[in-house]
Amino acid sequence: MAKVIVYPPTSMILSDLVERTGHKALVVPEQVRKLVTSTEIESPPLNMTPEEPKKGLRYAAVDVPSGVRGRMALIGPLIEEADAAIIMEDPGWLTGCAGCNRTNELVRLLIRTKGIPVLDLKYPENDSQAREFVRKIKAFLEGLK
Amino acid sequence: MLVTKYIITSTESSILPSDIAMKIYGSGYDLNVKETCFGVIINGEEKVVNEAVREIRALDPAGIFIKDRGFPPGDPRRCRGRRGGGARPGYYMIESESKLLPMISRALASEAGPEEKAEAPLERKPLDIKRLEEIIEEELS
Repeated sequence: MAKVIVYPPTSMILSDLVERTGHKALVVPEQVRKLVTSTEIESPPLNMTPEEPKKGLRYAAVDVPSGVRGRMALIGPLIEEADAAIIMEDPGWLTGCAGCNRTNELVRLLIRTKGIPVLDLKYPENDSQAREFVRKIKAFLEGLK
Repeated sequence: MLVTKYIITSTESSILPSDIAMKIYGSGYDLNVKETCFGVIINGEEKVVNEAVREIRALDPAGIFIKDRGFPPGDPRRCRGRRGGGARPGYYMIESESKLLPMISRALASEAGPEEKAEAPLERKPLDIKRLEEIIEEELS
């Protein structure tokens, strides 16, 4: 079982397709869960402690906007853990923690410079593209076993 | 560890969120279930959630999609009932990807091997007269 980071890191379609093939999808909600359901809430409501910005500083300099460093505190550890990656071309409607373009550029750069197998795709627009999309993901993930 | 997952159905799936909720209630799993317009949110121990997810996915392997969620269902930090209305921040991403689910479902169904495809319903034929006579003779003899 390989650990596969998906971009966007909140993608339902990608995380579902990865889990279907028996691999582990590395997604942001898991990181958020660790913070918000921790039994020891130090900093309500979201439990963002001084440790989170420190984690972000490992990936982005101190003069980089705090939003980028905050997001990298969640996504950075996932990149370090990843054995492979699936990256979608930006569809133009990413929101929430996937909605910052500067973070997204940094995430894609860090994934590519890590040297792990990467599959680049774009969201399908018709049935034939969707079949190709599923086929490529299946072939990529089966090759990781 | 308690985990939360979304179970989201494709708009072309014959399975409704209420069917999934009833399946969970009927199976006796120790889970919190919240029915929504796009699917169901389940919350419980990781092992129980994974078992339930496996069973639910079997209802329509190509039409049901699973996604992790960080916050538990109804959490006041995310629940719009406590935040004065409006969509929950992560909803827009689900909404955008939901529009693609019918295409992905059809692609998954066409890619599925024979063992993964849903069993076709048996064709019902009227009982052959000779076979009926044999059954009657066997029963009455």
